[in-house]
Amino acid sequence: MASALINVPAKAGRGDVIEIKTLMSHIMESGFRRTAAGEIVPRDIITSFTCRYNGTEIFRADLFPAISANPFISFFTVAKESGKLEFEWVGDNGFASTASASITVE
Amino acid sequence: MKTMRSKSPTSRRKFLGLAGSAAVAGAMPVVTLRPLEATPAMLTAAIRNVVGEAPVRAGKVKLDIPPLVENGNTVPMTVSVASPMTANEYVKSIHVFNEKNPQPNIGNFHIGPWAGRAQVSTRIRLADSQKVVAIARLSDDSFWSASADVIVTLAACTEEVN
Repeated sequence: MASALINVPAKAGRGDVIEIKTLMSHIMESGFRRTAAGEIVPRDIITSFTCRYNGTEIFRADLFPAISANPFISFFTVAKESGKLEFEWVGDNGFASTASASITVE
Repeated sequence: MKTMRSKSPTSRRKFLGLAGSAAVAGAMPVVTLRPLEATPAMLTAAIRNVVGEAPVRAGKVKLDIPPLVENGNTVPMTVSVASPMTANEYVKSIHVFNEKNPQPNIGNFHIGPWAGRAQVSTRIRLADSQKVVAIARLSDDSFWSASADVIVTLAACTEEVN
């Protein structure tokens, strides 16, 4: 259901600073909007995003309703070794989604 | 005649005064109709939640956000912190706040010396023209901040769902 877009360089030199871009498809309903009938639309957002590099957490974000729909997050890390980057999004109503990307470090 | 004369300037002044206040009243609802709005006090409280009693100094942090946005639903924002990002001197976390959304928090981003560059980008919602504040926590637990004023033409968050 949920789909993610990840942009990680496939190859990097050891010690290079690389940018990681992530985009998750999610409505990010703020919980402050009302329908025409005046009822509040219940909140449905992603509350947490985590990135692990070969099992070690390198980036974590707490998200609030002020983050736009389909949250885009980009950050940096030092390419230290070849391996796997794992991404995890957790949100309201039991939302959980993961994605991964691999990187070759030379 | 004399009484008429002395009367008419007053009524003209009164009329103008009334017209002026009517114009102000007409403009007011744009601001006051919004049901929920964080106040500067909430912003301060949210910042205190993160920094505690520590002083927050201006500097080191760069907040890149367009000064004028048409659509408050997606406002691109980049926060970068001047830091060597070595094992001894790095940025621990970056926190972003706003003044007038229903909630003062925007996001907390936790990084570390392995990041290489202390920079985070995302897209945010702004419910009104307001101030956005970014605060960085450094490895020595000092706090540095930057703020930017953004003018928003189309507000986010509180509009009606169709």
